[in-house]
Amino acid sequence: MSTNIIETEVTTGALCATDLRVETDAGVEILHGISFTLQPGRILALVGESGSGKTTAGLACMGHFRQGLAKGTGTVSLGDGGARNILDLPDHQLRRLRGKTISYVPQDPALSLNPSMRIGEQIAETLRVHQIGATDSARRLRVAEVLAEVGLSNDRAYQRRYPHQLSGGQQQRVGIAMAFACRPSVIVLDEPTTGLDVTTQAVVLQTIDELAERHQVAGLYITHDLAVVAQIADEVAVMLEGDIVEHGATDQVLYSPRHAYTRRLLAAVPDLAGKRRVGLVEAITGEQPLVVPGPHGVPDTTGAISQVDDAKLLSGTGPRATPAAADPQPLMRVRDLSLSYGEHKVLDGIGFQLLEGESMMLLGESGSGKTTLSRCVAGLNDEYTGSIELFGKELATGTRARSSEDRRRIQYVFQSPFSSLNPRRTIAESVGVPLQMSGISDKRKRRALVLEALDQVKLGERFMERRPGDLSGGERQRAAIARALVNAPSLLVCDEITSALDVSVQASILDLLRTLQTDHNMSMLFVTHNIALARHISQRLAVLQMGKIVDIGTTDDVLDNPQHRYTQELLANVPTFK
Amino acid sequence: MDRSYQVITRMIAKRLLVSLIILFIVSLLVFVATLLLPGDPAQAILGQQATPERLAALREQMNLNDPVFVRYFTWLGGLFTGNLGYSAATGGPVTALLADRIQSSLVLMGLAALISIPVGIIVGTFSALKRGRAFDNATTGVSLVLASLPEFVIGIGLVALFSTSVFKILPSVTMAPPGEAVWNYPVQLVLPTITLALVVTPYIVRMMRATMLEVLDSGFVEMARLKGVPERQVVLRHAVPHALAPVAQVIAIQLAWMAGGVVVIEFLFRYPGIGQALVDAVANRDVQVVQALSILIAAAYIVVNLLADLVGIFTNPKLRTEKAA
Amino acid sequence: MSTVDDAVEQGVAVSRPPRLLARMMRQRQAKVGMVLTLAVLLVALAGPLLLPWLTGHTSTEFTGRPFTDTGMFGTDNLGRDVLSRFLDGGLRLIIYAALATALGMVVGVAVGMTAAYSRGRVDALIMRGNDVLLALPQLVFALLAITVLGPQGWVLVVVIGITHAPRIARVTRSATASVITEDYIRASEMYAVPRYKILLTEVLPNITGPLMVELGLRMTYSIGFVAALSFLGLGMQPPTADWGLMINESRIALVVQPWGVLLPVAAIAVLTVGTNLLTDSLARASANMNAGN
Repeated sequence: MSTNIIETEVTTGALCATDLRVETDAGVEILHGISFTLQPGRILALVGESGSGKTTAGLACMGHFRQGLAKGTGTVSLGDGGARNILDLPDHQLRRLRGKTISYVPQDPALSLNPSMRIGEQIAETLRVHQIGATDSARRLRVAEVLAEVGLSNDRAYQRRYPHQLSGGQQQRVGIAMAFACRPSVIVLDEPTTGLDVTTQAVVLQTIDELAERHQVAGLYITHDLAVVAQIADEVAVMLEGDIVEHGATDQVLYSPRHAYTRRLLAAVPDLAGKRRVGLVEAITGEQPLVVPGPHGVPDTTGAISQVDDAKLLSGTGPRATPAAADPQPLMRVRDLSLSYGEHKVLDGIGFQLLEGESMMLLGESGSGKTTLSRCVAGLNDEYTGSIELFGKELATGTRARSSEDRRRIQYVFQSPFSSLNPRRTIAESVGVPLQMSGISDKRKRRALVLEALDQVKLGERFMERRPGDLSGGERQRAAIARALVNAPSLLVCDEITSALDVSVQASILDLLRTLQTDHNMSMLFVTHNIALARHISQRLAVLQMGKIVDIGTTDDVLDNPQHRYTQELLANVPTFK
Repeated sequence: MDRSYQVITRMIAKRLLVSLIILFIVSLLVFVATLLLPGDPAQAILGQQATPERLAALREQMNLNDPVFVRYFTWLGGLFTGNLGYSAATGGPVTALLADRIQSSLVLMGLAALISIPVGIIVGTFSALKRGRAFDNATTGVSLVLASLPEFVIGIGLVALFSTSVFKILPSVTMAPPGEAVWNYPVQLVLPTITLALVVTPYIVRMMRATMLEVLDSGFVEMARLKGVPERQVVLRHAVPHALAPVAQVIAIQLAWMAGGVVVIEFLFRYPGIGQALVDAVANRDVQVVQALSILIAAAYIVVNLLADLVGIFTNPKLRTEKAA
Repeated sequence: MSTVDDAVEQGVAVSRPPRLLARMMRQRQAKVGMVLTLAVLLVALAGPLLLPWLTGHTSTEFTGRPFTDTGMFGTDNLGRDVLSRFLDGGLRLIIYAALATALGMVVGVAVGMTAAYSRGRVDALIMRGNDVLLALPQLVFALLAITVLGPQGWVLVVVIGITHAPRIARVTRSATASVITEDYIRASEMYAVPRYKILLTEVLPNITGPLMVELGLRMTYSIGFVAALSFLGLGMQPPTADWGLMINESRIALVVQPWGVLLPVAAIAVLTVGTNLLTDSLARASANMNAGN
């Protein structure tokens, strides 16, 4: 495999990797000879989707290979003058480099911090094993210093905390403090912001940027998120299946990509402005306020949005523009929906309505109650108070209490396609369950309907007898959507259904949903934490914070003119690129 | 800080209460089971030739004329005051019969635990560290075979090997004169102790190995290595402490199992402990002795489990630092 | 087409277990275990039928003076042919162990699945009940039952089965608990699939791995358990030919007539090692399969 070796001055880099190859124990090569150079004070982003080998490459720079991988070949040399190849170093010499000259920030701090060691002690341990600081008290001073650098409190009591007493963002900052503690010359960051909400992510990214700059550290930033890349990286290397397919300055790669894969990847990234196409379908932008397309996809521009009710339900936010037209019927009306577990209010007086054929995004961070709300709507959670009306008729709380017809009308797609399909049953069996339960006992008829649903999600007959284990994540999610479609629902509730998928797969799923929605005039409740998807999927947007809807309106209105401070803050922190 | 102590105190109190309730129900179970026994206990003790007067006198002495629940509480009270009733076989008080034997059994179990716990932890840890190498394969194989074998099979194997056919170096039965303590004859203790240890150790080895493998694959161990922490320190400071809590549970189960498993081994080696007493009592349908020993063993089991829970509570920083609700 | 339709209908029939067994049998230790187990099973099953041809004796018949070398392995202290008693002494042990294991599995799996699926108070109640039963070591429980009911066959089967049950229930409960958090269970709830059907078609096929491991483990223990009770003189009663009982009767004469002890001890050892090797390879296969998913 030949790769594009980039013409950089090999001699001046803080770390220089050349022709890096890694095989599995079974002898399958998963890194095909990649090369890159890290410069002091600059950050190189290694971008790729899952399975591209980006983490393997990052860990190889530290001479570390995970269980199941054989030791790699090629050279990794540090820019400290010595011509040593990290990959050839004996263990004890490698150990002296790790954490001191080249350090690592892991993906999941919750798993990477020792749960039974105080955080101050964990940072001090790094200093001690590398003999930095003559005494314990000297080291304590350094610990306090780095904790302050990452914006954490550094008093004695804070240092004596255990990891579980910190939030996810704080844990990650401890991880960063630990990585910077020995003043390394190179730092490998492995998706350090995955799992953090956008506001925390922004703070963490800023911290990394500042520290790398201040201490002239060379950074290797591993990520799948191109928007983050735009914000933090000086250079980008795009990885595809163990090769670097494109490498260059951030602006060049992101704004004038040369390789077809980079272009595809970029095209799949949802953007807040909705200027780009994600997949085949145009984004829903301000110039194109379609809700229900007419017969031939001609948008019905009457602006059939039900602001009047929203305004009534939402005190504090003024009435928005354009009153509703009479044409599409209200499909669902949620009134004063509340749910609490003991003292903790998960949902607090939720009210909104949804028209026929309308798509609404329910936006919220983890803990906002968005999944609980969507489950109440689907009847999976029956502990709520308040009412949910479908076609003007109040629904019973739990699915078992609802009529077969009501169950058919509202369908729910789960977040993880790896969990929502029974691994022991074929796709045809799983997709056929709703039909069986709604009383279609004729096997032949069921099979025909299942096939039709699979065709709609572009899976087709050859998937009928396969099991989830033989399918990719995207294919599984399509099968799960087929199960929801097979009974021709009126409302599709999608709970974070793209968050476990790569961006290119996400794009194809969004594409599919838009097509289905317009083709079948189906309503949709799209639950997500990713505000960037808004213009690609929904006509209306509701922002949920701590169990309350704080902002609601047409997608354009909310994004262009956010009323609530929380929405404003969210929008300010979303990493974006042009 | 005192808030977290409050939480721990409350948790311990709760466990203690649960343990007591379980013990109470077990005692009820044991008592009711023996009520189902056909025949007259007094008759069983005195035999067929007993005169009606003596039978009546014994019935009075054993409270057999009282209603069932009164008898239960008398019996339960006896458990605390050390009055465990009378043996049908010897006619003597159960307490006197068992005192020495409990001591002997504790010596046997204590010795076996002293060997198997450290050996199990150390061998299991090394096995995990040498994953896939010769030492690991040998350990895994041997512990799998030992764990399969019933205790008496291991015991007889050792007897055949060390005291009869191959080497005649160790006594196969315990023959301390009555009234003398077992530890005055240490050679006689060797085989029973080794058998018991061989039965218990493989489980500890297997659990320790499995837990260590899991911990060694965890993110914080990888992180410690990537920080440049020396391997020795990675194992001792980061990995082993995390493997100990789950292994403590297994050790507790094994210690508790010993209380039952020791029965077969004592019988095999004619060791004068509670196990032998229990087998004799069952063979003679000596109800009061069976009752007393069942309760005793159940209590030992519950106490050991409680101790394991406490180890779990004290090694878990989440519980130690939890804020009082 | 109709075959496909049938497959669609019978969700359980087309599930994974065959694959699990195939993966298991690919391991060398499973093959060894299979050979060991089958060898002892063969002796135990065919032994009673072969008695008249091989030895010319029945297992309880007195052949003359003790310890003489009339048969291949001599006679025991009462003058009964050792080989005859050995050939006749395995079947009952294995049948009792199998019945006890089956009883324990049925009760334990049902209780464990019910507890995990109903959660809340029912779960707590069942599991506390379990704790009570677990507080008595299995052997002590068995001895208590034998004191009351006497050393009869059905007592052995029931008491061993019942004491296995809470242990099996624990394993089943934790396996079920991890499955029922999966979204496909929630999906079935959403489509209002009847609860028993969810347990049978969605949960059970996904916990066969751990359950089969548990089955193997409990079978190994049951064999040791039945043999141990007979060895203590509290299981099978004389003059029945039984391996455990044989060991008890002959061990005093270990030096003079080792065969009376060594034959049954070896048979029990080979059998338990065989079943445990099978169980362990099954556990590995099951773990790999889950990791592969």
